[in-house]
Amino acid sequence: MTTIHVEQTPHLAYLLRLADTALVNAHRLSEWCGHAPILEEDLALANIALDLLGQARLLYEHAGAVEGKGRSEDDFAYLRDAPQFKNFLIAELPKGDFAFTIVRQTLLSAFFYPFWQQARGSSDRTLAAIAGKAEKEVAYHLRHAGAWLVRLGDGTEESRRRTVEALETLWPYTGELFEVDAVGEAMIDAGIAPDPATIRPVFEESVDRLLAEAGLERPVAGWMQTGGLRGIHTEHLGHMLAVMQHLQRAYPGAVW
Amino acid sequence: MAEQPMPLWEVFIRSRTGLAHRHVGSVHAADAEMALQAARDTYTRRGEGLSIWVVPSAVITASDPQDKDALFEPTASKIYRHPSFYRIPEEVGHM
Repeated sequence: MTTIHVEQTPHLAYLLRLADTALVNAHRLSEWCGHAPILEEDLALANIALDLLGQARLLYEHAGAVEGKGRSEDDFAYLRDAPQFKNFLIAELPKGDFAFTIVRQTLLSAFFYPFWQQARGSSDRTLAAIAGKAEKEVAYHLRHAGAWLVRLGDGTEESRRRTVEALETLWPYTGELFEVDAVGEAMIDAGIAPDPATIRPVFEESVDRLLAEAGLERPVAGWMQTGGLRGIHTEHLGHMLAVMQHLQRAYPGAVW
Repeated sequence: MAEQPMPLWEVFIRSRTGLAHRHVGSVHAADAEMALQAARDTYTRRGEGLSIWVVPSAVITASDPQDKDALFEPTASKIYRHPSFYRIPEEVGHM
């Protein structure tokens, strides 16, 4: 099946960014299924993945309605190539070890919890409704990932070493969460999107609190990664999409 | 580094329709907070729960299966202890 091309209005572009981040994050978490350190955590990570997949589905569905060309959530998920995905880069990095996954989920949840809280006041009524659902889900993700972060940081020598490494690797990807380009600016002006500048202090406060409890230090903010919002990705996203999209590309329209 | 097995916790859930917490199974977790989260993720995936208790399995004192006859057999002949001889008015509800 041929790749679809989406003409992007700012509103559509913005919704696809949110949906792409949720979907890519969900897929990375789903890779733990059957591989987590303990059965209980296998279920916990799958639960978080399913919450995010649910958010992605609602956001794609809404994007389809905004575009008005009859495209479904599956069209957006399965029939676009890597440069058309506009997710935050932090979501697409390979799942790494357990510490890496936990640090990533903590950082993303610490951002998206206040994000969805604020998005409940969006002038886009559908987005506001999705935010109401997502806020409760992400509150738990933050609690779960945060509790692990504290225990890994304050655990054994090995768990601490792995957590510090993950934190050092992932921190340069947090700058992108607060990027505002022309699309973001238009959405903030229209009252559709929260201003990331107002989310940053809440993000930093909750990350700092968890790091302090874990006995870890926030890495020094230096050069930050960028590109996801423009479709410029790490080499990892293409490989991930190859796995995720293979079935629909090989057998177009296949259903259960 | 030698790995230490994580403690076992017994999980009790009060369901939407239930009156009391019921034992549903067990989870492994390093401490109480993580046990509660593991119980939530393992046993309330289908909207089963309104409240969760976790208890370290090690603190539960259990009866010895070998004592079965001495403990439970004597009640078998005392059918008058069953409230089945009385009619309970509907207004009373759960007893």
